[in-house]
Amino acid sequence: MTMLQVIFLIVAAVTLGAAVMVVTARNLVHAALWLILTLFGVAILFVLLSAPFFAVVQVVIYIGAIAILMIFAIMLTRRVMQDVGPQYNPGWWMAALISLVFFGGLVWMLSSWGGFSTPLPELPEGIDPLRQLGQALVSPDAYVIPFEVASVLLLGALIGAITIAWERG
Amino acid sequence: MIPLSYYLVFAAALFSIGLYGVLARKNAVAILMGIELMLNAVNVNLLAFWRYRAPDGIAGQAFAVMVFAVAAAEVAVGLALVISVYRRRNTVAADEIDLLKW
Repeated sequence: MTMLQVIFLIVAAVTLGAAVMVVTARNLVHAALWLILTLFGVAILFVLLSAPFFAVVQVVIYIGAIAILMIFAIMLTRRVMQDVGPQYNPGWWMAALISLVFFGGLVWMLSSWGGFSTPLPELPEGIDPLRQLGQALVSPDAYVIPFEVASVLLLGALIGAITIAWERG
Repeated sequence: MIPLSYYLVFAAALFSIGLYGVLARKNAVAILMGIELMLNAVNVNLLAFWRYRAPDGIAGQAFAVMVFAVAAAEVAVGLALVISVYRRRNTVAADEIDLLKW
């Protein structure tokens, strides 16, 4: 057990525990706070994967924007389901069964794959992954079209969200 | 040294928890939270595969950026829908929003 493995296991355990709380907490505001902890744990894993840029993006976009938006939506709609009535569908045990079978099948399938326990390779010398990513996202030979499509998608989603949530007369 | 399997099992577990949230929860906002968990598991997988299997490539990171953008778009539209439904029908329970069901 190396130091990194211990750190990974602690972070993974906290993250998964928080994720379980997200889907089981009765109070949705608490669920949103657990969601923030989960997202933060995933950001730490991104650091462990030597992708610090994605850790920052995770904190800024997921925690800073998405989780706060969730809390806004919960606050705006909280009176209806707060602490009264069941929070789960009647078939929740079937959902748990499906999730468990899915998890088992996924792990079984992955563990029969040859590259399952690939050791960590060294990052190639003299290449800055972030610089490479930045260039690839605007280079016509690489990902400029998907990048622009993602921008248009975001704009469309923005206008669509405003249109949907607009309160007409 | 952390082998790739740690990340894969972690992402599989996170995805399954998100799946359970999507399938079992009544509240539409809670369902969106489950979707966020699933998207995060996908991102962990993409970056883990990039780091372990193709560290000199760029595809894994580029796809992770796309997933971030799509997640932001999805949650904005999803929450707008929830708020709109709440205004009109005064409910956010997914099984009571059944106008299109027959």
